[in-house]
Amino acid sequence: MLGDEPATMASSSVTPTGHAGKAGGAQGKAAAKDHHDKHRKHHKRRRHRKPAHRPAIAQPHGTLGTILPVAPASPPSSSPAPVPSIGSPPLTLDQAYRLLWRAGFGPAPGQAESLVGQPLEEVVFSLTRPSGPATLSGPEPVNEEGEPLDPDHAWGDDHCWWLDRMVRSDQQLIERMTLILHDWFANSNAQVNSQQLMLEQNSLFRSMAVGSFDELFLAVTTNPAMLLFLNGTSNNKWDPNENYAREMMELFSLGADRGAYTEDDVREMARTLTGWCSDWSAELGNYNFRFEPSYHDTGQKTVFGQTGNWNYEDAVRLCVSHPLHASFFVTKLWGYFIPTAPSEATLASLQGVYTSSAYSIRAVVEAILQHPDFYEGAEMVTPPVVYNAGLLRSISRPIDTTAWAWLSANAGQQLFYPPNVSGWDFTRWLDTSTARARWEIASYVTAKSYPNPWPPEGQPEYSATEDPATALSSALAYWANPLLSAESEQCITAFAQSVLKEPLAQWERSPYRAMRQNALRMLIATSPDMQVS
Amino acid sequence: MARSCSCNDFTRSQLLRRGAAIAGKGLPAIEPGMPLPAGTGLDRRTFLLRSAGAALSVYGASMLSPRHFEEGIAQASAAGGPNAPVLVSIFMEGGWDALSVLAPVKEARYKELRPTLGLAEGAGEVFTEDENLMWHPAAGGLAELHGEGKVTVFPAIGYEPSEESHFTSRHYWEVGQLDANARSGWMGRYLDLVGEADNPLQGLSLDYSLAPALATASMPVAAVSSPADYTMWAYGLGEPVTGPALETFGALGALPATSPAYAQARGGSYDTSLVLEEMANFVKLEKESPDSSTVTYPTGEFAERLAVLAAMLHREMPIKCVSLNAVGSYDTHSGEVDTLTTNLEQTIGALVAFQRDLEARGLDQRVLIQLWSEFGRRPRENGSGTDHGAGGVAFLIGSRAAGKMVGEFPGLTKLDENENLVKTSDFRGMYCSLLEQWFQTEAGLVIPEAASFERPVLVV
Repeated sequence: MLGDEPATMASSSVTPTGHAGKAGGAQGKAAAKDHHDKHRKHHKRRRHRKPAHRPAIAQPHGTLGTILPVAPASPPSSSPAPVPSIGSPPLTLDQAYRLLWRAGFGPAPGQAESLVGQPLEEVVFSLTRPSGPATLSGPEPVNEEGEPLDPDHAWGDDHCWWLDRMVRSDQQLIERMTLILHDWFANSNAQVNSQQLMLEQNSLFRSMAVGSFDELFLAVTTNPAMLLFLNGTSNNKWDPNENYAREMMELFSLGADRGAYTEDDVREMARTLTGWCSDWSAELGNYNFRFEPSYHDTGQKTVFGQTGNWNYEDAVRLCVSHPLHASFFVTKLWGYFIPTAPSEATLASLQGVYTSSAYSIRAVVEAILQHPDFYEGAEMVTPPVVYNAGLLRSISRPIDTTAWAWLSANAGQQLFYPPNVSGWDFTRWLDTSTARARWEIASYVTAKSYPNPWPPEGQPEYSATEDPATALSSALAYWANPLLSAESEQCITAFAQSVLKEPLAQWERSPYRAMRQNALRMLIATSPDMQVS
Repeated sequence: MARSCSCNDFTRSQLLRRGAAIAGKGLPAIEPGMPLPAGTGLDRRTFLLRSAGAALSVYGASMLSPRHFEEGIAQASAAGGPNAPVLVSIFMEGGWDALSVLAPVKEARYKELRPTLGLAEGAGEVFTEDENLMWHPAAGGLAELHGEGKVTVFPAIGYEPSEESHFTSRHYWEVGQLDANARSGWMGRYLDLVGEADNPLQGLSLDYSLAPALATASMPVAAVSSPADYTMWAYGLGEPVTGPALETFGALGALPATSPAYAQARGGSYDTSLVLEEMANFVKLEKESPDSSTVTYPTGEFAERLAVLAAMLHREMPIKCVSLNAVGSYDTHSGEVDTLTTNLEQTIGALVAFQRDLEARGLDQRVLIQLWSEFGRRPRENGSGTDHGAGGVAFLIGSRAAGKMVGEFPGLTKLDENENLVKTSDFRGMYCSLLEQWFQTEAGLVIPEAASFERPVLVV
């Protein structure tokens, strides 16, 4: 699209591509096209805008970060009462945007529009109940030389391999849940030191992303990357190592500071988990991960007041059946989708859903995605890798560079390298370092489709006459018409109107308009509105 | 490319900080004839907001740097100034093993608890304030500075009841209280008291993200991984469009927010636009009139950041509290010997270079370095490593550090109920002393229940 006229750019970027708008069908696409045609005809656009969920207030300008919901120390008992639900009204555009950004990686061109008017429950189920393997449409990921990625070995290719799935998979929620589980059971390749083992773990998360948590937890407990990361293979009856024992309770299933376990439980749990080991060779690294009965402490262990000759399977069972587990699980999962704590009634009902469904992740996710708080509550900051994937989706750009790995790292989230075992800090995604890095991401996203102010001989020049309103429409269309708040749009409009000082010299008219177009695209993509959903 | 600035910008801001400009009297015009916000009493936020609306046609396309119009800066020079104290807080992530950093090699119990990890007597230098203790061989640089009276040692610092969770314990240290729900950092609360509304550099994380200890309720703070890399360019941009575009980027950040998430997103943009300008000025000045250090730093990101910090302080940038992460992770559940040695060598080597650089530049009287970790490790080893413990070790380094040990080493014969080292000083007492003796600030305004903590003498 390099050097294309803006009108062409607008129409080409809104054409639904192969992987866009799957749920919408032909009718949805037609509606979307009509929606965009209106935009192009009338420069005085009547755009949908981000709904303001609260009146605008001047916030104190600090850096406290947002608050994450935390399971209370004294949760309510589980309740069979249904979880409050928004029901199944026809989906609105801003509901569609929120759902696609929070339960996936942002809309593909036309995708949000295609969902408008569909029953909400059906749309949620289309995300949570995909059938069969995921379809990845469009070009396969390649590096800057056009070669296939080598995710098992090449630095950054692991990140880009997964980013590609986020961009192209038609099972968006499964990928998003996989990302959530990567944060929940946060292992870093900085310690595991094997991209292959990290990808095996990634595949485990994906295959069990909406399955039963107890089965997932057991699989994770004996997963090679986890065994290496939290010293499961150095935990034996002679020298018990507490690393996994502590985190499986504190971070994975019960939570700290709730009185759920004692320091003695940590030590006894470490004994319970003894027995895993692996072999090592210079050629293979760590391999042959296995339970070695002679390494296991077969004595009596007392965990949470229960005494027996427990092993790792008991360890998982004891955690999951702990009275404080259900409240921990549903609150933690809720916090990935909704920034405010659930009411006590909601918490009680979510616990009921979880325990009565044999620890079904899917059942809890479905309740959360239909909860009124999801649609009516305040925004959340979009994680960096979701932001990156979303920008790529919106312009239908496949993975054709591995730069995304370091760009995303600068923004605070390199896949397979969470900062520590508690995962990424979701309360403080944006500061002066990471906000600048998001600008950098946006710039790289435009790298193959920006109008060159100074095109080489023989290539078309940018329009020398484009007016400010058309310029803004075109820039919005480039990103598939994202929702901006009224005040942000006003600010960007003022820039579009004032940045070029007429009269421009003949030689300035086209290049300066190309620059204005590029600046508008950057301002839209990096606007605060695009960092939240 | 960074935002263009008129050639005298940095000189101007320097002058401002020295108090040469008096608030309200107006400033020299950059472009004669332009209406100056200084004369109208606008601060930067108001200015950006106006420029985002109708007034943009007046100001927007100019190359003005509105940062320099605000009156806040002149006030800032009074609170800051070239002699204002600076605290550099360095976090040893993961819980470093106090019993290896300062090893009680003369205690019989040490060899029993550390059959494989224990250091041999004579491997490192003797700690002169308690001859039962020995510096880790890779911490020789600290021993050297300690010999010059520039290191205050806390051989068993912590709190009770101790927490063995990384995240809870680290959080306590960061927020300066034993409250899992507290959100502002202890340095952040200090900055909320004395900070300036448009100076994010007052609290600076030299890192890819902001340190929680610097989290503020009302004042901006900054994270910068590298000043030289702190630029904002984009494909197909150039003047005369870039300047107004970056100004609009900041203006979008100055708009009111409708939710905490929006506040974070807008605050990020707003502060970024301020930092961008400061970094551009700094990098430009370093390029135009290099004033490089006479000290050779080791290689590596941590050392580079300390080197650039010394240069920024030399340029009198308005920095008050700085946070960095030391080299590596100290969560040595296994393979402790190699990991700890490598991390210590690189961290201590860079710190000694930094201290020498400050001395060479005549900045050492105004900088204090604090080294901390969330806890020490379990005295009894687990094979090739150690698990989480309680009492740990912390240091204050600087030419004005009192250099006298705070709290004694408690010994290994009597451990706490979790078999951990007993603490003999409290980190909140350290914070109270730093606030009072270093920052001349009432500790009670920053640290809850400040009155209950003993204040060691930390500064001379």
